[in-house]
Amino acid sequence: MDALILARMQFAANITFHILFPTISIGLGWLLLFFRWRWLQSKAKEPVHAQGWLDAYRFFTKIFALSFALGVVSGITMSFQFGTNWPGFMERVGNVAGPLLGFEVLTAFFLEAGFLGIMLFGHGKVSEPVHLMATFFVAFGTSLSAFWILALNSWMQTPTGHEIRDGVFHVASWSEVIFNPSFPYRFTHMMLASTLTCAFLLIGLSSWQLLKGVGQRFAPRVLRVGLTLAAVLIPVQIYVGDLHGLNTLQHQPAKIAAMEGIWETERGAPLLLFAIPDSEQRKNHYEIAIPNLASLILTHHADGEIKGLNSFGTDHPPPLALFFAFRVMVGVGMLMLATSWLGWYVYRRTGWQAHRMPRPLLWLFAAMTFSGWVATVAGWYVTEIGRQPFVVYGLVRTADVVSNVPSSMIGLTLAMYVALYIALLLAYVAVLKYLAEKPDQTHENGADERAATPPGIAAPGMVPEGGR
Amino acid sequence: MNWMSFDEALPVIFMALMGLSMLVYVISDGYDLGVGMLMHRATPAEKDVMVASIGPFWDANETWLVLGVGILLIAFPKAHGLVLGELYLPVTLMLIGLTLRGVAFDFRVKARDSHKSTWDRLFFAGSTLASVSQGWMLGRFVSGFGTGWNYPVFAAAIAVALPMAYVLMGAAWLIMKTEGDLQQRAVEWAKIAWMPMLVGLVLISMATPWVSETVRNRWFALPEIIALLAIPLMTFVSLIAVRKLLDVRAVRGPLCWLPFALLLLVFVLGFLGLAYSIYPYVVLDRLTIWQAASSPEALKVILIGVCISVPAIAGYTVFSYRVFGGKTTELRYA
Repeated sequence: MDALILARMQFAANITFHILFPTISIGLGWLLLFFRWRWLQSKAKEPVHAQGWLDAYRFFTKIFALSFALGVVSGITMSFQFGTNWPGFMERVGNVAGPLLGFEVLTAFFLEAGFLGIMLFGHGKVSEPVHLMATFFVAFGTSLSAFWILALNSWMQTPTGHEIRDGVFHVASWSEVIFNPSFPYRFTHMMLASTLTCAFLLIGLSSWQLLKGVGQRFAPRVLRVGLTLAAVLIPVQIYVGDLHGLNTLQHQPAKIAAMEGIWETERGAPLLLFAIPDSEQRKNHYEIAIPNLASLILTHHADGEIKGLNSFGTDHPPPLALFFAFRVMVGVGMLMLATSWLGWYVYRRTGWQAHRMPRPLLWLFAAMTFSGWVATVAGWYVTEIGRQPFVVYGLVRTADVVSNVPSSMIGLTLAMYVALYIALLLAYVAVLKYLAEKPDQTHENGADERAATPPGIAAPGMVPEGGR
Repeated sequence: MNWMSFDEALPVIFMALMGLSMLVYVISDGYDLGVGMLMHRATPAEKDVMVASIGPFWDANETWLVLGVGILLIAFPKAHGLVLGELYLPVTLMLIGLTLRGVAFDFRVKARDSHKSTWDRLFFAGSTLASVSQGWMLGRFVSGFGTGWNYPVFAAAIAVALPMAYVLMGAAWLIMKTEGDLQQRAVEWAKIAWMPMLVGLVLISMATPWVSETVRNRWFALPEIIALLAIPLMTFVSLIAVRKLLDVRAVRGPLCWLPFALLLLVFVLGFLGLAYSIYPYVVLDRLTIWQAASSPEALKVILIGVCISVPAIAGYTVFSYRVFGGKTTELRYA
């Protein structure tokens, strides 16, 4: 295989693995703040009830720490991937991309990593308000990270606010660069995707705990939080997704044409439920279509015109990958909508009594623990593969910025990364399952956390802080 | 000598910032990685204390690497591509090592007990792989990625010496942060690592001028050499002092912080020496910082961010070290 494809595969492998964990930590940070706040708010009035919120906080803090650690280490890899795989990218657009990436590291990454230690281990060492502040800064930092990264990504999709001198990009207006046309939609879409991924993580893990008969103090209310969040926000996400699609049609019509498998420009384009787009023959096989629906969805007119792939020559993304990635995203999203509405309705009918929930429904919830990941990654594949063959849409070609490292070397390192990531992903899921199954034990004997110091070790806990 | 204009000075400012980030990274993650490399010598109970002593810090420590590489990426894009292209394989190995080490931190206590020893081994392996890769990269970088039989030998020597320096740092960290048997063992570990580190440092100091004419001319010119001699002399004195301290009883009492502080000084001095050797190049003999820099407009925008955030970073780093200062205590989620 040629170096370009291998470099793209390696970058895709790294960024796919990376995005899984920020997707969890962005939403979960705010949920932790919510749990902690509910605990602080209710502990004076109803201490027994309040304990459940603290349990939920503690349990999900562990998951947050694990996800955060995986996000940090894979994020370090990302900072090297630009240089190792796409040296031409920074040479051409470094003046735009550099400050955005720099702000991400400076304002956000440090905010998270710096306060994380206090958030995770600062209990009893700092006051409650300081601890709550630290939790807030971690949550705020993860979201701010997303802001800068999505600003850059959106600029690469819909570049504005720059001028090109001698092939090098210079910034003319930062506000136009950051608030480029696709940014508001992509940012909102991603923040909601993160929240929904966490909602289903809450739903799935608490259902698993209810099935296993553990975590009685907090699993029922975590399930309720998750179901409510999902039931309310999925319709919002569908609405935002629609706006995002209309924005894409305006700025990147080739991406829409590939997503919908439309070859010829036509009025009243049908919505293809299934097809196999064939780039060689430039037509679809095995179409199942609903007449006029694509035009109706995209232009809000039954006979609106949609540009076909053939009107872009060869400068369009590969339709096969986009067509299916888009359908996976939408399909999983619809499944999540149905599940959350059904679940919320049934749970309310039981009077929020978790033990009265039908077990098959809990099994369904548990099976959908990571459904948010599938939809999010599929969505990112749509938007990223949909930008090809450009790295900066319409302006810089991916093939022009690739490194000249031999393809055998890229292939070797790709294999190493993929093997590592598969192993880590399996370990992550296995550990989440294990943690979910033993939450009570860890709370009751108190020695719950990492690096618990065994009694024989010279009582290091006796020295007060600040004694250095 | 004329003063540079502000635009011309910008690359120098960013070079200094990048150097500072890398120095903070090498020191802070150096002791982390050193502790990790000592793990296989410790009992299971000691391993828990060792990990607890670095637990609250390692996230933030690694972030300095991201900042350093980030500045290389955003302020010196041409150098970023060149350097990382040359170091493609060792960079990958280092990243895999850092990944294994980083995730083992969390997995070792969250996975089932029967898997803990596996994660501990991966913690050790990851720390070692990352340190050796960093040593190799440092060796290649300071010799300007030269070709010839002597360059790989030089890089290999540093690939051994840098991990030893980290181990010494790690042991000094443990002397400062722990008590009892573990502290006693840390003193013994420090004694073992001391000699290889000294040899490594001498090797680098002698070999760098040998492999690069540019470096030779910078150091062995009169009258500069008289002033410059202070750097190796102070380094040598500090290292001797560290060794002597290890034999003194007070190192396990009121002076427990001193070996670590002296080693900090050694790293800072080594860094200054290196910076003097390489400046104004970002890739020795091939690319100066002005050739590699981004446009002044872009650098100014980044500089604003730096001026706001670096004081904040410094502030809460101090706060965090105060909160978790003193001897290591049990880490428990709040």
